[in-house]
Amino acid sequence: MTQNADHVLDHFELFRGPEYQQMLANKKKMFENPRDPAEVERVREWAKTPEYREKNFAREALTVNPAKACQPLGAVFAAVGFEGTIPFVHGSQGCVAYYRSHLSRHFKEPSSCVSSSMTEDAAVFGGLNNMIDGLANTHSMYKPKMIAVSTTCMAEVIGDDLNAFIKTAKEKGSVPAEYDVPFAHTPAFVGSHVTGYDNALKGILDHFWDGKAGTAPKLERQPNEKINIIGGFDGYTVGNTREIKRILKLMGIEHTIIADNSDVFDTPTDGEFRMYDGGTTLEEAANAIHAKATISMQHYSTEKTLPFIADHGQETVSFHHPVGVSATDEFIMALSRISGKEIPEELARERGRLVDAMADSSAHIHGKKFAIYGDPDLCLGLAAFLLELGAEPTHVLATNGSKAWAEEVQKVFDSSPFGANCHVYPGKDLWHMRSLLFTEPVDFLIGNTYGKYLERDTGTPLIRIGFPIFDRHHHHRYPVWGYQGGMNVLVWILDKIFDEIDKNTIVPAKTDYSFDIIR
Amino acid sequence: MSLAQTQSVAEIKARNKELIDEVLKVYPEKTAKRRAKHLNVHEAGKSDCGVKSNLKSIPGVMTIRGCAYAGSKGVVWGPIKDMIHISHGPVGCGQYSWAARRNYYIGTTGIDTFVTMQFTSDFQEKDIVFGGDKKLAKIMDEIQELFPLNNGITVQSECPIGLIGDDIEAVSKAKSKEYDGKTIVPVRCEGFRGVSQSLGHHIANDSIRDWVFDKIAPDAPPKFEPTPYDVAIIGDYNIGGDAWSSRILLEEMGLRVIAQWSGDGSLAELEATPKAKLNVLHCYRSMNYISRHMEEKYGIPWCEYNFFGPSKIAESLRKIASFFDDKIKEGAERVIAKYQPLMGAVIAKYRPRLEGKTVMLFVGGLRPRHVIGAYEDLGMEVVGTGYEFGHNDDYQRTAQHYVKDGTLIYDDVTGYEFEKFVEKVQPDLVGSGIKEKYVFQKMGVPFRQMHSWDYSGPYHGYDGFAIFARDMDMAINSPIWKKAMAPWKAAPRPTLIAAE
Repeated sequence: MTQNADHVLDHFELFRGPEYQQMLANKKKMFENPRDPAEVERVREWAKTPEYREKNFAREALTVNPAKACQPLGAVFAAVGFEGTIPFVHGSQGCVAYYRSHLSRHFKEPSSCVSSSMTEDAAVFGGLNNMIDGLANTHSMYKPKMIAVSTTCMAEVIGDDLNAFIKTAKEKGSVPAEYDVPFAHTPAFVGSHVTGYDNALKGILDHFWDGKAGTAPKLERQPNEKINIIGGFDGYTVGNTREIKRILKLMGIEHTIIADNSDVFDTPTDGEFRMYDGGTTLEEAANAIHAKATISMQHYSTEKTLPFIADHGQETVSFHHPVGVSATDEFIMALSRISGKEIPEELARERGRLVDAMADSSAHIHGKKFAIYGDPDLCLGLAAFLLELGAEPTHVLATNGSKAWAEEVQKVFDSSPFGANCHVYPGKDLWHMRSLLFTEPVDFLIGNTYGKYLERDTGTPLIRIGFPIFDRHHHHRYPVWGYQGGMNVLVWILDKIFDEIDKNTIVPAKTDYSFDIIR
Repeated sequence: MSLAQTQSVAEIKARNKELIDEVLKVYPEKTAKRRAKHLNVHEAGKSDCGVKSNLKSIPGVMTIRGCAYAGSKGVVWGPIKDMIHISHGPVGCGQYSWAARRNYYIGTTGIDTFVTMQFTSDFQEKDIVFGGDKKLAKIMDEIQELFPLNNGITVQSECPIGLIGDDIEAVSKAKSKEYDGKTIVPVRCEGFRGVSQSLGHHIANDSIRDWVFDKIAPDAPPKFEPTPYDVAIIGDYNIGGDAWSSRILLEEMGLRVIAQWSGDGSLAELEATPKAKLNVLHCYRSMNYISRHMEEKYGIPWCEYNFFGPSKIAESLRKIASFFDDKIKEGAERVIAKYQPLMGAVIAKYRPRLEGKTVMLFVGGLRPRHVIGAYEDLGMEVVGTGYEFGHNDDYQRTAQHYVKDGTLIYDDVTGYEFEKFVEKVQPDLVGSGIKEKYVFQKMGVPFRQMHSWDYSGPYHGYDGFAIFARDMDMAINSPIWKKAMAPWKAAPRPTLIAAE
């Protein structure tokens, strides 16, 4: 017997015991009708070949291991960035269980969201009653300051009209007539979670700025000196938003972070559960119309929102998830230009420290090849940072990346001699990436938790940067933006590089002559 | 020291009734009336728990439930390892359920097994407008080309499929014919069907009946020589290896396990199951349907069992053995005796650390009742429980075999109710899911995820009980809970505060 009370063995070791190994071998041989091991091996090897890659890339219909989620996830993520706001997703209820689980697994935090729980009868007759009852219940139970409505694909396919439904629900007394219920249609069969973020945010701003669905006068913009910041769909929102606030404070810039979910995804354990915490106040959301300019940290999270804001007379500027020296320089200089505030010496010193750190370590990164996948802006930010380090972002892949995005990435490649042999893959998935890693190997892979399957299959060491990260804890608490954020990304990359060097030099009397204590 | 220990049963009952009245006050009248039917204080001797179940969740209340797709792809079909399960529709459902349930299996992923992969048709607007059948057919061709060692395909429908009128059955039939009778199973598990995961289980069970069992050639030669001791494990999803630490006990007592449903299961095992002499059913809720069918059609008896904690394991081993001859009955006793020292040592080590601690549960499937015995083996008491998607027969089993007088019962609990109940009852431990985990952690309440075993496990079987005991001790006796209150905010234990 393997198990014992003094040293309890769990799944990591238990099943390696001889009784279990024998049992599993018997099960396979006797009952699973297994494939001939030689045949399995043959196919395994074949799947590494250029021939397989060609077939793989010829796929037109099947998606395998995509690196994207659906719109409503992004809508929920944006909605909880407003003070006292609960996201209300109109459609089937299972979806909401999924969004909540997904966000909780990444942030290790509660994720509050309700569903209108539509079933077969709603599929036939529409979900109006679900909206009427649902808004009333949510309002009574959870006492939110705002309910932000989005949709699942079910509600979209049957064509429920949110604007009309919310109006009717208000007439029926579900919530007070003047109560804020912004909404956005977020069909899961269009775009990705990034699109959903954009749609939901635009819906909320549209609500406050343009007359609350015809129930209030439109706001007149009275320009002030503030700058709005939009973070976009960002797995590092907790660390990043705080870092951005710190920078703005250093520069003395008055600002509004729009959809600030950095507190709600980072509440303390102190005996109290805070369903709502922090967030952009509704007043700030409305007053954001008066700002001098709006800066989006992630262009593709705000493709509709930024033009909407520009139409209201503001200057708009967008970045691509800026990571590293030059990307942060551009961001800081834009802040300075728009606000008229000087860049403080402290930031210059932070910049210098990042350059110093990169110089310290550059020999270990220079010339290394990387594959990157993730959301479009993240890929752009990381690719540019790798080029700064003299590394090559050999494969850059975004399942939710568009042709326009691919052109942006190509521009980044073209800006550096280190980009000469790099390629961009829009609309491809992680099974495509698997073929790339086999046929054109790289030294390291950067991506989310699902990259661990690629690490296992291809032996490419994975550096976890992206969303979701389920199997490592607390990275989301660290910024990746700003000079300080660049430092974190640098350290994550270096740690993996050094771990790999040690792994490759650890065999006593064989390879350990290079097992140096100083690197 | 929780409140439960300082009160009489009568006091507890009165308090629980008050609690129920109190939470109902938050609802609009119509909703309060509906929710009242799902909340109760258990009366000993009653044949069920006095709650309505398996009814629609109420819009806007924050139900913890999932959907039919989650029940079919996420639970029943997903773990079948050598088949490819297509999440048919938009990208989200497959993405959120991708490898999240820890259905352990042995195989070369991507070559001969596919459990931890996400195959989706990633519907775009044009697929909604023009229908997705052509795309589905093409997907099957591409699967055949790129994953030649797959032993079958299932089509797990997401919401739009049933709404746009696609004919996935026709596509499956045509492609099956084209690929020499390959097993291709269309599953109508659209998320809007039914009220929870539960209908998805049922639909998935029925699809195994119609598209696997009914396709087996009656004159097909058996793949192995049958024995009188052939059994199938039904309704164990091998979370953290649960089915393995269960299977080993059945084999040790002299039975031969010819199939596992569906954790670490294969198509061959599904097909072999009608040859079993007995189906042993762990998760009654999700697989009683196919068990009943096999009883009706093939005359295979089935027997529910519970492999959580030594008391229930011994009871179950004897119950299973009662279907067989003395050789197996002796085998059961031998197995019970073999593990007795281990169980004694585990209880000696952990029970003193857990004695008298109280637990509130809210989970799915069989766990709201099944794990109670394991807690009691450790001297702990379950003071509240409820089912995410149970039916009346679950509550009957709970009332008749598991819960104590005065236990708080909550069916399809809402986020608000659950937080309030925990705040007032102040249990020493909450066992629920990922969506609840951090809520209670913030409140300073020790928590274990009882869907995924909090990434530990297995919990089933004797080997699993040692891990279960270790983990409950780890949760309750972690020093961190003493730190939840800042020392300058004097309070011996944080007052649990739910969000208003």
